[in-house]
Amino acid sequence: MTADTTTPTRIAVAAKLQGRRVGWGESAFQLATLIGLLLSLGVLVALLADIVAGAWSVVTTRGADFVSTPISLSADTAGVLNGIIGSVLLTIVVAVVAIPLGIAAAVYLEEYAADTRPTRFIQTNVRNLAGVPSIVYGLLGLGVIVRLVTALGAGGSANGRNIIAGGLTLAVLVLPIVVITTSEALRAVPAGIREAAYGVGATQWEVTRHQVLPAALPAILTGTVLTLARAFGETAPLLLVGAATGFFATGGQGLMEQLSGTYTALPVVVYSWSRQPDGAFRDELAPAAILVLLVLLLAANAAAIIIRNRSERKW
Amino acid sequence: MGRPVSRRHSIAEAAHGGRGLSASVMLAGDPRRRRKEARVRGFLFAAAAATVLVGVAIVLALIGEAWNFVTQVEFSKLWSLGWFPRRDFFDVRTIVLGTIIIAGIAMVVATPLGLGAAIYLSEYASPRTRRILKPIVEILAGIPSVVLGYFALTWISPNVVQRLFTANTFNMAAAGIGVGVLVTPLVAAVTEDALRAVPVSLREASYGLGARRGETVRKVVLPAAVSGIVAALILGVSRAIGETMVVAMAAGATGGSLLQLNPLEPGQTMTAAMTALAIGSDQVAGSGLAFQSLFFVGLLLFAMTLILNVIGDRFVRRVREKY
Repeated sequence: MTADTTTPTRIAVAAKLQGRRVGWGESAFQLATLIGLLLSLGVLVALLADIVAGAWSVVTTRGADFVSTPISLSADTAGVLNGIIGSVLLTIVVAVVAIPLGIAAAVYLEEYAADTRPTRFIQTNVRNLAGVPSIVYGLLGLGVIVRLVTALGAGGSANGRNIIAGGLTLAVLVLPIVVITTSEALRAVPAGIREAAYGVGATQWEVTRHQVLPAALPAILTGTVLTLARAFGETAPLLLVGAATGFFATGGQGLMEQLSGTYTALPVVVYSWSRQPDGAFRDELAPAAILVLLVLLLAANAAAIIIRNRSERKW
Repeated sequence: MGRPVSRRHSIAEAAHGGRGLSASVMLAGDPRRRRKEARVRGFLFAAAAATVLVGVAIVLALIGEAWNFVTQVEFSKLWSLGWFPRRDFFDVRTIVLGTIIIAGIAMVVATPLGLGAAIYLSEYASPRTRRILKPIVEILAGIPSVVLGYFALTWISPNVVQRLFTANTFNMAAAGIGVGVLVTPLVAAVTEDALRAVPVSLREASYGLGARRGETVRKVVLPAAVSGIVAALILGVSRAIGETMVVAMAAGATGGSLLQLNPLEPGQTMTAAMTALAIGSDQVAGSGLAFQSLFFVGLLLFAMTLILNVIGDRFVRRVREKY
């Protein structure tokens, strides 16, 4: 074994060190993953194109009129006003009920509760609730909430299948999501901030109220907006809690009548229009209503992203 | 009674049942603050308890009516020619098999799309590409299911399914593909979390041994993240089983359905059966046990998704604990 550095050996060694060219299998795998990604994005593009193409004639001929006229049996004059009012009222009920409750529950679980068996049980319970199909929440609404609302005298002309019941059903549906996103936001606040506040003599609530919650606020807000968007687009549970799939949704009148009477919501309007035998409802009005829905949801998402970017903080 | 030295102490003592506590009261600070603490704590605890109550309420509501159904129904009706609840035919096979067929088609779509998107974004994409493409995938996650239902009915069915096969306008294949699209962002998100949880040091060690990026991804990163990927697929199946609107709109069979195993024909799933019953002619009134059957199906669905979610959750936590 002398230092045999003949030219052929050197060439062979150099070739080994450079490695083979990237094999066919290597790039095929990368290509496959890229195709997976592009197909997912392609579906989104196809969906948006399909909706916009379908909605085009309504958007161009009706314009803002479509948003400001109530539902009607005639395809020429039907608008989505009832749906928008219903959805907005539902979302307000959700916001009033689920957000304070969810944030309070998360504060308890993250800041107050000791890491004990009952606490872990609650946390597991919340995680599992978040995975329950939305239609099952509809059954809860139908079997419990509607009866509860009626028993409390808020049933109104809709026998309890009204916006209050629908809003409470959606509130229960998003509650676990609010708890989970708020918990994550609270966990991201460094312990040093809490310890500093305790160090100057603050009580636990003072620490939470004046230090932890303000620090976590942007993340909580982002989560909240996304949660409300989720509630806004939810359909299945509302079908069980009586959102009108026909054209007899009320609207107008006083606030209390609207909350306790029959109602409909924007996604439910989309659903019932796409089931209409009249082609104009299915092929033109339904995509136009979807477009309104998507624009509103997109605005909510954009707001969430702006809040997140404005307040991005590195600890 | 203790020795009320000052007004402040006596208030504190009153708050603590009047026992002598003066020394510890001095250290504990203002009693009003302490009472406020207790009140706030109680309120927050009540909120946390309320979330548990929701779970309990769901289970009780489902079990109550489902029990009425099980005790009153003739068992031969549970295994008959089809699912026609208004005519007292409750063939559970029809809707369970329909659910499995549609969830199966959905996973055939969502697995390659979701895993591909996640692996590409996490392992191959440049940070810039990732920053642009990831929010777009997230937008897909935010699209309401009623919109995807419409898309499945008016685009996937005629342009994909009917182009490849001779199929009914309403068919389970289109619904399945639609559900798959809906599940894809979920699969992608959970998978990407799992891939990102694989420590950089493992990748660096692999590169140090002379492996290429592709080898590192396939032989090091993916095996290390396998439990997270399994979790993603299980949660995906759970979501697909529970998806309602896409199936209700695109799979047809609004009134009821005979046992149907051909995905090119209309079919009924558990979720769609529930909406069909709830919106049909006049609410859920229906004949006999139709209302109760809703809750029976709901309980079955709840049990199936709960089991899948618990298993999926186990896998997710295994990823977190390992590294």
